[in-house]
Amino acid sequence: MHNSVGNTARLLGAALRALLVLTVVTGVLYPLAVTGVAQGLFPGKANGSEIEDASGRVVGSSLIGQRYDLPLKKGEETPAPDLKWFQPRPANGLGTNSVNTQYALILSGATNRSGEDGALHNPRTGKAYCPEKPAEGTLCAQVLDARAAVIKDNSVPGHEVKPADIPADAVTSSGSGLDPHISPAYAELQVRRVAEKNGLPVARVERLVQEHTDGRILGFLGEPRVNVLELNVALRELVAGK
Amino acid sequence: MSSELAGLLQLLALIAALALAYRPLGDYMARVYSSDKHLRVEKWIYKGIGADPDAEMRWTAYLRGVLAFSAVGVLFLYLLQRAQGVLPGSLGFVAIDPDQAFNTAASFVANTNWQSYYGEQAMGHVVQTGGLAVQNFVSAAVGIAVAVALVRGFARSRTGELGNFWADLVRGVVRILLPLSVIGAVALVACGAIQNFAGIHEVGQFMGGSQQWNGGAVASQEVIKELGTNGGGYFNANSAHPFENPNALSNLFEIFLILLIPFALTRTFGRMVGSLKQGYAILGTMAGIWLLFTGLMLWTEFAGHGPAFELAGGAMEGKETRFGIAGSALFSVATTLTSTGAVNSFHSSNTGFGGGIDLLGMQLGEIAPGGVGSGLYGMLIMAVIAVFLAGLMVGRTPEYLGKKIGTREIKFAACYILVTPALVLGFTAVAMALPTPGNSMTNAGAHGFSEILYAYTSGANNNGSAFAGLNADTQWFNSTIGIAMLLGRFLPMVFVLALAGSLAEQQPVPASAGTLRTEKPLFTGLLIGTIVIITGLTYFPALALGPLAEGLAS
Repeated sequence: MHNSVGNTARLLGAALRALLVLTVVTGVLYPLAVTGVAQGLFPGKANGSEIEDASGRVVGSSLIGQRYDLPLKKGEETPAPDLKWFQPRPANGLGTNSVNTQYALILSGATNRSGEDGALHNPRTGKAYCPEKPAEGTLCAQVLDARAAVIKDNSVPGHEVKPADIPADAVTSSGSGLDPHISPAYAELQVRRVAEKNGLPVARVERLVQEHTDGRILGFLGEPRVNVLELNVALRELVAGK
Repeated sequence: MSSELAGLLQLLALIAALALAYRPLGDYMARVYSSDKHLRVEKWIYKGIGADPDAEMRWTAYLRGVLAFSAVGVLFLYLLQRAQGVLPGSLGFVAIDPDQAFNTAASFVANTNWQSYYGEQAMGHVVQTGGLAVQNFVSAAVGIAVAVALVRGFARSRTGELGNFWADLVRGVVRILLPLSVIGAVALVACGAIQNFAGIHEVGQFMGGSQQWNGGAVASQEVIKELGTNGGGYFNANSAHPFENPNALSNLFEIFLILLIPFALTRTFGRMVGSLKQGYAILGTMAGIWLLFTGLMLWTEFAGHGPAFELAGGAMEGKETRFGIAGSALFSVATTLTSTGAVNSFHSSNTGFGGGIDLLGMQLGEIAPGGVGSGLYGMLIMAVIAVFLAGLMVGRTPEYLGKKIGTREIKFAACYILVTPALVLGFTAVAMALPTPGNSMTNAGAHGFSEILYAYTSGANNNGSAFAGLNADTQWFNSTIGIAMLLGRFLPMVFVLALAGSLAEQQPVPASAGTLRTEKPLFTGLLIGTIVIITGLTYFPALALGPLAEGLAS
């Protein structure tokens, strides 16, 4: 009995020492070495890919999506989008600062809503469908609301946006809630509105979007996309210099 | 180019990269675990541990090493989180509550990385880098060590000895995981993943004002999170967060890292048992299932079934623009067929069938190709069962790799396959029957049931991904999922090592005309059939209540 207790204690001692030694190797030396190399070779990227505008002011990260909203008015719960600027994807899942109240850190997160969320079943066909007025907060409602807003915001006199023209990314939230990109189709859809609000020719804004459209990496990786922050930075310069 | 074609090309590029790495890495790992030389740094480490790396261990001693090391790991990580409030380098974050600290400690030691916390808002540098990331390395090395011990059980005869746990653990970290991680981490930073020790700082915004970021050793943690099939994200959004997975190239690279070691271990297995063909048969089984699941997932996600997705014009909810549907579907299958559980899109927002594929992938026991080490030993257990079933059909004593599969061996294998279903179905049933756990569901009905089934499946199979709609940070879920993760990791290891010890003692039987040729495609077919039957019979009723009901309705 005494012997087995002693053996167990010895074994746990060895286990603890193994953990501590490996913690030094993988938890201290390894991250420090990688940080050293990363800061030496790619300092910009290792520190968050910050981008500056023409005046040299940091305006965020090219990797982190931002909101382009008007200041919150009295009585409003969520601010209205500032339609002068290209708008990002909806971010219904982006949480608030729910865990730690010390900071107002940006928090990443998705809605986690299913494709059935808010749907009703048609007893005749057995199929599920989104009703015209789905329960508030459900994915059916979020998509319907986003679609109505996209149509309302982007329809200019003589050009009505049709539901069929709206790409999926314009009405859905991303996984991180910080998606820095929109699809070229969604950027294209916003061109007329942005041109009108900024008093620019449509063709000029169209060219700006094309200049900021990235193709697939190596031609086949990922999807074509437009970085909204970079596009808006270029747009601001264009407006200032017109 | 259409998105579908681009997706197919990405899949082909992934297969090509895995095929290129297969032979060199598999052979290298076989040498690592067969060599009797020690590197100088390893000798220092053994001195620090106070262990003799050349002392052979019987299965009981090997198991005691695994359990002692893991128990100490749980306790250390628990205390580290509880002490966070007074540790330096914690960014001012407070101590983690006891139930959540237990859950997280169990989760990372069990190679599960289920997370009921928000990384960027709860864990400081010390806990993330000095605690969680360390377990990413060592829990993966423990998994590989146990798999190697089982392979030695097949390869050795008339000895009960399975190698030395401390040597296998240290070599896995020093010679395999660390070098690959250093290269991979730098590659990820080159793509845009962050790697710094900045505190919480303000960064200007386009519309004025500022946003708050926390820095961190993200790339170095991201790479081992995928390579060690761990899955615990630095940020809440895991690999969907642009700082963890900045573009489509890093995305494909991360999928490659997830699958790299589990597939290559089949080559290691073939080398160590002295027949590469036996390794190819196992590889064929794993790759077949993986390709089938990937194809189905691509199809259902591109089809975008589900009323809200049809309304939106595509299943882009919870997916990032830069990855698109193909990059998300490939990741989703790789992470659930291994024990990784990292996500780059949110599985709760997959189509009904897509979510079902994720669930089924984990319920297969994560053996195609499975977690590092755990995938190989899980698949070898299935092979033992398949050989046994074949033996029953022709009425002769089954044998596998020259070892008789007798009563003792089949008992261990049977116990192994019973553990996880018992945990998953038992805990799910209790959670559904009790009044309060159900309050954690985000979605109602069949999808809500799937959330809870998914949570226990993910925990007991040591996956760690979530149908994240479930609010899992309650005392009930923290405690029960924590227990499911520990039992789901270490009980199977007991049976694997017991089986290994039993096999290693045997005298090999020479192959005869009546021996089932386990290196032939016929056996691969039999093995896939066995897996499907066992999993199907176990989980079909539960799947019918969740994803199947949902998929058929839409």
